[in-house]
Parts: sequence; C-alpha cells; structure tokens
Amino acid sequence: MDVILFGAFPYVALVIFLVGTIFRYKTGFKYSSLSSQLLEGKKLYSASVPFHLGILVVFLAHLVGFLFPSFYTSFGGMSLVYLEVAGLIFGFLALVGLVFLFIRRITNDRVQMVTNKMDLAIEILLIAQFAIGLLVAIELKWGSGWYASNMAPYLWSLFAGSPDVVAMAAMPFLLKLHVVLAFAIIFLIPFSRLVHFLVVPLHYITRPFQVVRWNWDRKTIRDPKTSFDDIQRPKNN
Amino acid sequence: MDVRSQMSMVFHLDKCLGCHTCTVACKNIWTDRKGAEYMWFNNVETKPGTGYPTKWENQDIYKGGWERSNSGDISLKGAGKMKGLLNIFHNPNLPVIDDYYEPFTYKYLDLTESAQMDIQPTARPVSLITGKPIDIKMGPNWDDDLSGTPEHARKDPNLHNLSATEQEAMFQLEQIAFYYLPRICNHCLNPACVASCPSGAIYKRGEDGVVLIDQNVCRAWRMCVTACPYKKTYYNWSTGKSEKCLLCFPRIESGLAPACMHSCVGRIRYLGVLLYDADKIQSAASASDNSLVDNHLDIYLDPFDPAVIQAAKDNGVADSTIKAAQESPVYKFVKEWKIALPLHAEFRTLPNLFYVPPMLPVMATISENSKDLSTLNSKARAWDDKWLYDTSIDEIFGSIDNMRMPLKYMANLFSNGDEPMMADKLKKLMAVRIYRRHVTVGDISEAKCKAALKDCGLDLASAEAIYQMTSLAKFDERFVIPAAHREQSIEMLESTADVKGSTGFGFLDKPARGI
Repeated sequence: MDVILFGAFPYVALVIFLVGTIFRYKTGFKYSSLSSQLLEGKKLYSASVPFHLGILVVFLAHLVGFLFPSFYTSFGGMSLVYLEVAGLIFGFLALVGLVFLFIRRITNDRVQMVTNKMDLAIEILLIAQFAIGLLVAIELKWGSGWYASNMAPYLWSLFAGSPDVVAMAAMPFLLKLHVVLAFAIIFLIPFSRLVHFLVVPLHYITRPFQVVRWNWDRKTIRDPKTSFDDIQRPKNN
Repeated sequence: MDVRSQMSMVFHLDKCLGCHTCTVACKNIWTDRKGAEYMWFNNVETKPGTGYPTKWENQDIYKGGWERSNSGDISLKGAGKMKGLLNIFHNPNLPVIDDYYEPFTYKYLDLTESAQMDIQPTARPVSLITGKPIDIKMGPNWDDDLSGTPEHARKDPNLHNLSATEQEAMFQLEQIAFYYLPRICNHCLNPACVASCPSGAIYKRGEDGVVLIDQNVCRAWRMCVTACPYKKTYYNWSTGKSEKCLLCFPRIESGLAPACMHSCVGRIRYLGVLLYDADKIQSAASASDNSLVDNHLDIYLDPFDPAVIQAAKDNGVADSTIKAAQESPVYKFVKEWKIALPLHAEFRTLPNLFYVPPMLPVMATISENSKDLSTLNSKARAWDDKWLYDTSIDEIFGSIDNMRMPLKYMANLFSNGDEPMMADKLKKLMAVRIYRRHVTVGDISEAKCKAALKDCGLDLASAEAIYQMTSLAKFDERFVIPAAHREQSIEMLESTADVKGSTGFGFLDKPARGI
C-alpha cells in the first residue's frame, strides 16, 4: 500500500498534472480563473483575500523548505517559534477564507449557477488539506524543522527517481494523509479551475502599458520584394 | 512621425431619434448568448440620465480611465501594475451585475400551456442567471425618455457642478428637454482597458486601430471592466472571459459598415479612417485639463499633406486606406469643420468616437411667440403658432445664452467643461441652419447669413458641405471603409484543401466555460 501511495501515485499525479495542464493550455479558451465577482462582490472580499493570501504564503513556505531545506534548519529558539506561529496564522487564514468561499458558493443563488462538481470537490479537498495541515502543525510540533530534515529528502528522492518509500512509511498517519492529499490535488489541477495559479500575470510588471498587434510587418508589407508565399499566419487568428 | 490609420466614427446627435435599432442589430449578432445577455456593446442613453451601468460617468464610484498627477504623468485610476496585481483576488472597483441589471426573460410558455383557471395566466419574469422568478428592478434602458426623472435624470453625474437653481431650471416641466446619446466602444488611442489587462489579452490592432480581447489569453482578472471609463468591456460570467465591441471587424475587413451603423434609421453614424501620429499619444493624453481636447484633435493628421502620405506609406498604410482617409467623413466633421467632439475627454483615453452635439433640443426655447410675422413667408407663418420652439434669428446666436440645457452641462459631456468651445460648435450648427433658412425660407438676407457664417469661421461652401453631409449623404459617403486587401487577407494564405471537411477557419472552440 505504501509503495502505491508514496512510490507510484506521486508519479502518476505529476505526469497527469504536466500533460493535462499543457494540453489544456494549448486549447487556450478554457484557461481562466473563472471569477464570480461580477455575480457577488461583497462576501467574496472577506473570503477570497484571506484564502489567497494564506495559501500563497503557505505554498511558498513549503516550496522554500523543499528547495532550500537548510534555510529552515537554521532557525532555532524564539525565531523558530515566530516562524511556526506565522505559519499557523497564514494556514488558518487560508482555511477560514476557503470555508467562507465554500459557504458563499453553496448558498448564493447566482454563484451556484457557475458552480460545478469539480469546484465543490476541489474546495472540499483543499479544506481537508488545510485542516490536516494545521493539525499536523499543532500535533507534530516544530514542523518547519523536521519538514526540512525529513520530508524534503523524500520529495528530493521522488525527483531523483528512487522514492524513499521506507522513510515515508515510518511517518505518522496524519502526515501521510497530508502527503497523499497533496498529490491528489496536484492530480486534479488540470481538471479544475486551479490551473489559474499557473498563469499568474507577473509579466505585466515589465510590459509596456499599451499593446499593439500587427497582423503584418508594416515596414515590409508595401515593399514589392515582399513575398506573400512565406508570410506567417498572424498570431491572433 | 509614426503615422497609423484608425477606424473612427462620428455620431450626429441632432439626428438620433432614439429608436434603438442599432442596439438590437448589435445584440442579435454579438451578445445573444449565455453570460452575455446583460452586455450591450451598443446602447442608447437618454441625457440627462444615469445611463448604463448606472452612473457610469462618475469615476469616483467606478474608478475608470486615467488620472493626471501634479507632475503631469498619467496613471490608471482604478487599475494598473500595482493596484491591479494587489487587487487581483478581489477587485474593489468592479461593478457587480446589479449595477448593470439582472438579465431576465418571461415564462412565455405559461401563457399557452397553463391549465384552465379562473384567472388569466401571466408570463412571470425569470432571471437569465438563476432561472428563478425575480422582480425586475432595473433594465438596460430603464430611464429611457426621462422616465423616472427624480431617480435617474436628476442623478446624472454631469450635473455635479451645476448650481441648484440651474438644475431646477433644467427640470421645469415646461423647460425640460432631452437628447439621446448612443454609445459603443471608442476604440481609444490610449485605451485604459489595454493598459490594465494583466494578461496582455487586450490589444489594439495595428492596421486599423480596432481594440480587441484575445479570448484565448483572457484569464478573468477583470481589470479591464474597472479601467474602461465608458464601461464598454464586459465580463462574461459564464465563459469567464471579458468581451467588448469589436467594431464588427469581419464586416469592416470586407468593406461593409458595422451592424449598428448599417442599421441606423436616423443615419446619424459616420465611419471613416483618420490618420494619426502615434508619437504624440503620450503627450496628448497627459496634456493639462484645459488643452486636453485640442491636444487630442491635434494628433490626427492631414491626409492630403505629402509628408503625411509618405510617412503613412513607409509605415505600411495601403494606398486604398490613404484614399479612404482623404474621403473620410470623420475627418471632415472633426478636423475640417470642427463640429464634432469626443465624449468625456477628461478620461484621457483619447477616444475615436466623436459626437456632433445636439442643437435643437438644447438651444430651442419654448416661448410665447410675439415676433413680427410679416417678415415670414406664408408657409413659415402657417407653422408659427403661439407657442413654439423659438429658433428665432433676430438676434443671431442669442439663444445660446438661454438654452434649455445649460451650456455647462453640455460642456461637461463633450468639451471637458470648456463652455466657449461648446458654444463655438453650437454656433456653427446654428449658422448652418441660418444658411439653410436663407436658402429655403428666404427671410434671411444673404448678407446676414454670410455674417453669421463668418462669425464662426464658416463660409457658404463649407455650410453647404456640412448640410450635404448631415442631411443628404448617401451610404457610401457616410461609410468610407477601405476593405482588407485580398492578397493580405488571412484566409487567402491558407490552402482550402487543408481544411476541407473540417469546420472552417479561425476560432473554432465552442465558447464553453472552463472546468
């Protein structure tokens, strides 16, 4: 069982995630954050902002722990306490925000009309994941320390191609559940609205404000030497 | 000089009869779909009125357009790189559906399929979003023809700097006047929607200046809805993509007039090419308040100037487009005769839709007529009953000062508050009428007519030309559209054999909601 859950399933999830998101991106039109703010704006504020803020910080914290484990192991004493408390606060923000989002989604008539089963499934999974994550943080204290020393090596072993199933099997049940759920969510990303986090518009920061698209190269279009045989199809068609 | 061509428009408000044919034509072609029911790429508003969405002109509420700082730079009022990305999880300046109206239909089947009852069956209104019965509280044209004046016309944002007395005078029952304001996307030179889009999905087409949203790149960050001060980008709640007026570009490319313009019953709409200097956009958009309109109109270039023609050719503008620019009715109204103005220049987006301001409902006063009728010919006398629109010409331009709609109000809409500029346009329109009265009724001497024209910088020839273009222009004079060149048309570049048996060219995905 452990071999399936921690040896095989992560690979299945990652492959599906990669292939699925690329395939969906190629079709373009269905890649959207599917905002429902036009239908309901007020409740969204007190739900969406804490949720996104929370999940963003917690996700980045996990990512940093995975990429630079030594960063966390350097913490100790009071600074470790501050780190843990900050993590708990942002995790809690994410959980509360998402619970509010879920309630809004199932109680508002208009938002219900743009809700499908996958939206609900992914929200329930995320709520469960946040709750378990918080429990792990409270029950198994100083997670930022042991995450860096124990979990990061497992994740690295996954990417090295030889998953350290034995190490994983020795972990507490709560933590195992957290890991399995994480890969389940990764598995579902290409089939849900979560894809929008892959297209965070950071390129907007460096882009000039105005965008002009020319169907043709205006400097050569009137040149008699321009051959229409090798002209590329305009990218906006 | 970076010469580019822009499809631009003139709407002649004196001719608009408020029939909404343009709106219906557009609706049937573009927005008759799920999620788009509430969108009106083209709509006709009654002024004074709050419009659609409610009070869209009040940027204290909607935060649209650009604003100029003391240092002379401009930035987006409610979106932009900082504000846009920080507010991406919840956009505090986004209108919700109730600011427009909840789209609805009626349960018509209940009328025919109802069981036999003692009372007549009724067709109840149901929401087009939830499908549940609703009480209709708002529609796309709720204040048409001044209906609900206390609630709507009185709350027109353009009344903000009119004194209470002036407002009272405007809404006296005997005094009250209105006109129609048809609106489509302005396809601006400095579009706020393009600048606000974090994904870079919105773009201005280089060749003809049409502003479009790439549906494959839009990610529903919704900043364009906030940024457009005219509220002409709409968010489709079903597909999760924003949509806007596309100036019927498939029709323009084949030389046809857009649907709203083609169907216009009052023939108020004109479409043509303007050549402009793209290098001047930034300085024009950030000009000081009192020179904003002048700077905007200075961007457009004389299509007969050999230097402009050469620069246009170097920039790939086709000869047919340059010829269209020379025959453009828009160029005549905006640059030659200078009687058309942009709507709300203070938004600083440099719109390409110009309005010839309405003269008749604005200038005519209703008064007890005590004029000497002997100077009129018999036909004119027959019309001259006791109470009449007083368009008397004894004191030329006299009525501008006691118009039914305060000059300040008109200036708020069309000339960025510049009352002399507004008066100048109305004077010209009046002078053309005086000229026509001289020709047809004959109670005005040629000397007086010439004096009136000279007073506002026109002459007999230009007055005749304005009259011709306003009243008699045929289809091909109102719409001078250079069709896309065959050798450049996109479909010509593909082998039809490649797509034989398939669905065709272009965008083939169904506009279905993402999972």
